[in-house]
Parts: sequence; structure tokens; C-alpha cells
Amino acid sequence: MATQQSRSAARWMMAPAVVLLLGWMLVPLVMTLYFSFKQYLPLRGGDLGWVGFDNYIRFVTSSAFWPSIQATLLIVGGVLVITVGLGILLALLLDQPMWGQGIVRILVIAPFFVMPTVSALVWKNMFMDPVNGLLAHLWKFFGAQPIEWLSQVSMTSIIIIVSWQWLPFATLILLTAVQSLDTEQMEAAEMDGAPLLSRFWHLVLPHLSRAITVVILIQTIFLLSIFAEIFVTTQGSFGTRTLTYLIFQRVLESQNVGLGSAGGVYAIILANIVAIFLMRIVGKNLDA
Amino acid sequence: MARAVTPKKKAINTAAAWAIGLLIFFPILWTILTSFKTEATAIADPPVFLFFDWTLENYQVVQDRSDYMRFLWNSVIIAGGSTLIGVMIAVPAAWSMAFVPSKRTKDILLWMLSTKMLPAVGVLYPIYLIFISMGLLDTRTGLVFILMMMNLPIIVWMLYTYFKEIPGEILEACRMDGAGLKEEILHILTPMAIPGIASTMLLNFILAWNEAFWTLNLTAAQAAPLTAFIASYSSPEGLFFAKLSAASTMAIAPVLILGWFSQKQLVRGLTFGAVK
Amino acid sequence: MGSIRLEQVNKTFGDVTVIPSVDLDIDDGEFVVFVGPSGCGKSTLLRLIAGLEDTTGGRILIDGKDATDTPPAKRGLAMVFQSYALYPHMSVRKNIAFPLRMAKMDKAEQDRRIEQAAAVLNLTDYLDRRPGQLSGGQRQRVAIGRAIVREPAAFLFDEPLSNLDAALRVGMRLEISELHERLKTTMVYVTHDQVEAMTMADKIVVLRAGNIEQVGSPLELYHTPRNLFVAGFIGSPRMNFIEGPEAARYNAHTIGIRPEHIAVSADEGTWSGVVSVSEHLGSDTFFHVHDSGLAESITVRAGGEVGFRHGDRIFMTPREDVLHRFSADGLRLA
Repeated sequence: MATQQSRSAARWMMAPAVVLLLGWMLVPLVMTLYFSFKQYLPLRGGDLGWVGFDNYIRFVTSSAFWPSIQATLLIVGGVLVITVGLGILLALLLDQPMWGQGIVRILVIAPFFVMPTVSALVWKNMFMDPVNGLLAHLWKFFGAQPIEWLSQVSMTSIIIIVSWQWLPFATLILLTAVQSLDTEQMEAAEMDGAPLLSRFWHLVLPHLSRAITVVILIQTIFLLSIFAEIFVTTQGSFGTRTLTYLIFQRVLESQNVGLGSAGGVYAIILANIVAIFLMRIVGKNLDA
Repeated sequence: MARAVTPKKKAINTAAAWAIGLLIFFPILWTILTSFKTEATAIADPPVFLFFDWTLENYQVVQDRSDYMRFLWNSVIIAGGSTLIGVMIAVPAAWSMAFVPSKRTKDILLWMLSTKMLPAVGVLYPIYLIFISMGLLDTRTGLVFILMMMNLPIIVWMLYTYFKEIPGEILEACRMDGAGLKEEILHILTPMAIPGIASTMLLNFILAWNEAFWTLNLTAAQAAPLTAFIASYSSPEGLFFAKLSAASTMAIAPVLILGWFSQKQLVRGLTFGAVK
Repeated sequence: MGSIRLEQVNKTFGDVTVIPSVDLDIDDGEFVVFVGPSGCGKSTLLRLIAGLEDTTGGRILIDGKDATDTPPAKRGLAMVFQSYALYPHMSVRKNIAFPLRMAKMDKAEQDRRIEQAAAVLNLTDYLDRRPGQLSGGQRQRVAIGRAIVREPAAFLFDEPLSNLDAALRVGMRLEISELHERLKTTMVYVTHDQVEAMTMADKIVVLRAGNIEQVGSPLELYHTPRNLFVAGFIGSPRMNFIEGPEAARYNAHTIGIRPEHIAVSADEGTWSGVVSVSEHLGSDTFFHVHDSGLAESITVRAGGEVGFRHGDRIFMTPREDVLHRFSADGLRLA
């Protein structure tokens, strides 16, 4: 439904965004691919020639690789279980009639707006510090030995911090979905005598399944590239070195660009697998 | 699906929700409270909650020692600049996709979103190298560009969804009334989409403000925004809880306030319309 | 000043041909109505004239000048949309002023024209309101006001009354007709409602599947429909069609007789049947007659005082001078 003139105008108006994004995607991607096939050590001799797939093989066979994959999956999986699980319960609770609903919503959503470096630092020092942290006080109050959170249970600690940041996101999206649930359908089920749990299982959960999928996919993409939370807490020690952090260390700390780039390519492939599923859902919605 | 319930049930709901809400908000509250304590009170055992001598000295110290205003200014420039330029590039693109759709529109839109999925760490070194060769390392210009590119897909997407809600007949009417493309966008589309454009800018300002991969890796002394300012507190130096809290409060306060205005847009902007 | 000429205009969207080929002359000052069932291409044809769509082939001449490739803004036409398409962020005054602002007319002249249009359309009291604060009829007037201030070569109306309720529709119909009488500007009006077409048009263009079935004055179409489609589309209630031996008696494949051209009687007539439903409107009565052996149902219009009821056997006599005869391929037989 348009004329030739508006179509050609549309092409011109779209061009800046398309060209910029194309460049933003392709230039670094091609460079990363290029470096990944090179022995490239900027501080120790620079470009030492082509090495084929050596970097790819070395990256996956290094002793740090599998632990990093394990750490990544543990963080992503742990955070997803906590945020989606609590998110559903919280969304259902917030949907109930109550006084001060608006304010409660604001309280719940607030952590999402805290910058990652701040939340990591606040948790690390003011809550998880083994001497002066609030949690240490709490443990002592109950007569227990305070935990050294970020070294003894480093993984749990990071999952707690990241979950706290992402719970609002999951809750907000699930709440949006819950609110679109058909009241009459619920009332009909209630009239039919379906108990609460079965109503939740057969009506609420299927209705939320799409929103849950979307939350999982989007969070996965963001969680795969968690960085600041680790950077300011453990610096990748105590088994918290994720794939992202490992690549960062290879590239910027040990300045082994070839190896890091090969890792980068792995990370891109990993993210793309998740992205394909997400794009399918988004694409379907575009047709509707 | 909110329904009428008995006052008793409503009271229970209220109590439960407030308890959980306050628990979730507590770390932020605690940080704000601690920022007004002296360093000694901040680590008092047992912890002091409300009854202490409130002081503003931490804010003063933080400003004197690390020049908070400079970091703040960098954050404002970087988040504001990237959002503003992003919107200027995205408005025409979103106009095209919303009002002159073609068979490829959907593919282009999805492709744009897919660039958002590219993990930053995968292209860290190339960007680093490009920045060095162009002299962009540790400059606000460089970060404005990077964050603009990072958020451009979201900006285009959000504007697209807002523009889609504007009836095409209105734009056709203004064409019949003698408006050219420029007038159509300036006098009709933009004013009608102002609420949508505003919420798009708000959300992207927040995302850019909090971005902590590129801002940490591509800045040093000159262009560092608040994310890096806070990260500099990661190595403790004696008693510093109160000062850390003051710095943190200052870093999150502006966006916390903006964020409360943008809850609704958050869903639209971050789920790419997949949840309504 | 406002003549429009279409020469072999055609339009395809992808593989779908919406308008195969249309030739049409619209004279200056004429009120032309495009009418047809939904999907007949009438709106597309209007949008082609407006320039909101490109023609796939053919030429469009406005005032004798080729305007086929002229953008809508430069054609000097004004359009009133079905949804009114008012600018919600502007006051009524600004809405009406918009085309004048785009034409860079000086302020004093703008104000003069706005006041004049507002007076004509009874909008003077509403000039500072937003469209959202107006009723449907008022919005429609604003849309018309926005169209008339430019003094266009022609007005294009795209089903302008279909969003209004029935009572308001009749009122607006009259207003538009009066406006045409006053302005004497060419108007092209699209509707699916044959009553609107009959009451307003100087010339009706009946469309089906993108083809012009017939062009003529309302009474021409009523009295001498060129084919079965036009015969069935124009006139309300619909013309009765009868096939078979009864039609053969008149040397036709199909004969058509309008409900108002059949006389009814309790005891004698050419045809007979049983009343299945009778609709009493006060002024008129419509009988739907079954079991006549002619067609599934025959509709008859009689005076309001005729009182047959369900189940009554009645006799019907067609007026042979206004009986329409059609060939097997649906065309009118002379």
C-alpha cells in the first residue's frame, strides 16, 4: 500500500540504520574470525602468522575451558531457575488485590535499575563481607559461623547477586502475562470446582508458557555475557570464571588475541543458538 | 484477573506483598541508609538501622576525593548522546518499516534485533583495536558511538511498535494536504508519537547508563562514567562502607527515579513485543 | 477546473489484479459516486486518483494534464477519509489550517478561510477543541472543513459516512449534497451503500471486480440497468429475477421485475403464491411470496394499508412496460 516515491524514500531513510548496523556487525566479526586463525600476541612479537584451527583446538583443550563452560551453565541455569520460579509466584501475588500495589511494584522492580557494578559491590561488601557484612551479623545472631561467601560458596553468591538483579525483569514480564489472563475462564474453573493447584497447573501455567519462554531466552542471552558482576567481585577466581570472563582474560589480560578470538567465536555461536529460538518467537508475533 | 475479595484476604495479600517487596528492595534501602552513617556506625555490631546520627560527610568526601561530578557528567553525555543520536537514526528507519512495509521488512527487523544478540566479548579485541587506531580509546565520542550501536536495534524496534499504532490514513491525509516527507515526519508523525519516543529514550538512557562491559573496558581516566567510578571502589581501603554507599547512591539515584517512570515500556522494549 | 480522466488505468498488487482496465471521464463540477460490493476495487480506484497508490499502467489526467506520476501533495485534490484521519495532536483550527500552512498561505488569508469554513460547517464554537473531544459527526465536518479550505480541484470521499450512526448519516448526506450545490466543485465519492449513491450522485459508476459495469445517472441505472448485476445492485428492495418458462414467454433467459412494479390482489392476477413474511413499514408493506413456481421468493411492495398475512394466497401482476429482459449471459435485451 504505497507508491513508488514513498518506497524509494523508505529505502533512503532506512539506509543509515542498516548500513551502520551492518558495519557494526560485520567489521568486528570478520576481524575476530581473522585473528582466530592467527598466532597473535601484541606484547610478545605481534602477528606470528597463520595457525589454522590451532586456536580453536587449544581453547577447548585448555584446562580452563570446561570449568568455564560449567561455571557459565551453572550461573545461567541457577539464575533462570530462581528468577522464573520466584518470578511466577511474585507475579501471581502482585496480581492479587491489595493496598499500595503501585508502591510494591516499584519496590520489586527497583533492582533492575541498579547498575551492575553497584549491585555487585554492595552485595560483596555490605552483605557478603565475612566480618562486617549484614549476612555475617545475621549468621552470628543465630549463633552460626559466618560464611566467607565469595570464596567458600562463590558460585552461590554470584547466582544470588545476579538473580536479585534479574528477578524484577522476570516478574514484570510474567506479571504482564498474568494480567492478560481471562478472568471469566478462571471463574468458570472455580465454579467447576477445580482446586487452586489444579487451576494453576492447567490454566495459569499454560497461559504463561510463552512469556516464560521469552523470559528464559532473553535472560539467557544477557546472562551468557555477564561481566561486571564477576569483574568487581571475584575477578574470575574461586571457580567463577565464565566463558565470557575467560575470553576477556585471554584477550586483555594475557594479550593472547588469537586464542581469545577463537573463544569469542565460540561465544558467538553459543549466543546464536539461543537467539535463533528467540527470533522465531518474535517473528511469529510480527505476523500476527 | 484481579477480582473482588474479602478484606481479610486482601489484608493477607497486602502483608505478604509488602514483606517481599521490602525484602527485595532492602539492599538498596540499606545502601541509602548507610550512606548517611559515619564509617564507624556503618560497621557497628550489631548493625544500626534507623537510629544513628545522620551525616552528609560521605557525599562530601566522595566528591572531593574522586570528583564525582566528572564521572556523572561523562555518564550523562554518554547515555544521553547515544540515545539522542540513536533516536535520530532510528526515527526514519522505523517510519519506513511501519508505513512502507515490504516483503523484506520483517527480515530486516529481525536481523537488526539479532545484532543485539552478538556477545560483546566476541568482538572485544577488534573494537579495542579500531578504537586505538582511531584514537577513540577513553573518549566520550567512542563510547557514545558504541552504546548507540548497541541500543540502536532496541530503539528501532520500540519506535516501530509505537509507529505501527498510528493509523496510516492520518499520514495519507497529510500527504493529500500537501505535506512532503519532511513535513509529514516533523509535523504529524513525531508529535503524534511523542509519548512513544519519550519512553523509548527513557529506557535506552537507562540501559546506556548501566552498561558495564564497554564502559569498563574502553575507558580509563578521561571518559570513565559512573560504572567505572564505582568499580574503582572494588579494592577496599580501610573503613569505606559509608563512602561506598554514598557513591553508589549517587550513581543509581538518577536512573532509579527515571526507571520508575518507565516500567510499562520496559516490557515492550526488552521483549521485542513477544509478550503483551 | 476539476475534470478527471482515466485512460486504461490498471492496478495489480503482486499477482493479484485489482483493476484490469478502467476508462472514465469525470466532468468538472460533477458529483460522481463509485459504488459496488466490498472488494470491487472502488476504494483502490479512488486512491489511484488521489495518488496514494501508483497505477500499474494507464494514465490519469487532471484538468487535462497528465498527473499519473504526480505525488498526492501536488495533485490539488482533497480527500475525506472513512476514519476522518484528523490530526489528534492539533486543535480543530490547526487541523483545518494544516493544508494552508503546507501551501505557505499568509496568515490573514488562512484565518479568513478557516472562519468561513467553520461558519459553513457549524464548527465556529469548536475551533479550539481537539478532535478527541468531538462527536463523530463533528469530526466528519472537521475533515470536510480541512478539505474545503484549500479550494481543491476536486474532493475525494472514501466511504465518509460508514462510521456514523444511521440518523446522523442521513443528515450528513444532505449536508454533503448541499455543499456540492454551493461549491460546484467536482466530487468523487466512494460507497457500498446504493442509497447514498442514488440520492447524491449526478453520475454513478457501478464497479464489480475492478471492472466498470455501468456508468449513468441514478435514474438511468434504475430504469435501464445494463446487466443483471447492476439490476440487482441498484434499487431497494432488490429486483426479482425469474428464469425458466415464465422468462421464455418474454423471449428472455431471465426477466427482472422490481417489487414496486408488481400489483397484488386477493383474487386475480398473472402469478400466484403464498405470503411467507409480510413487513409492515406503515407507508409501505413488503411481502415475501413463496410457492409461486417462479423463483424461491418474490418480493412485492404494496401500500401500507394492504393487509395480507402469513399463509395468505395472493395474486400478482407485473407491469409489463417496466419489465427487464436479460439474455443467458446476463446482458440486457433491448
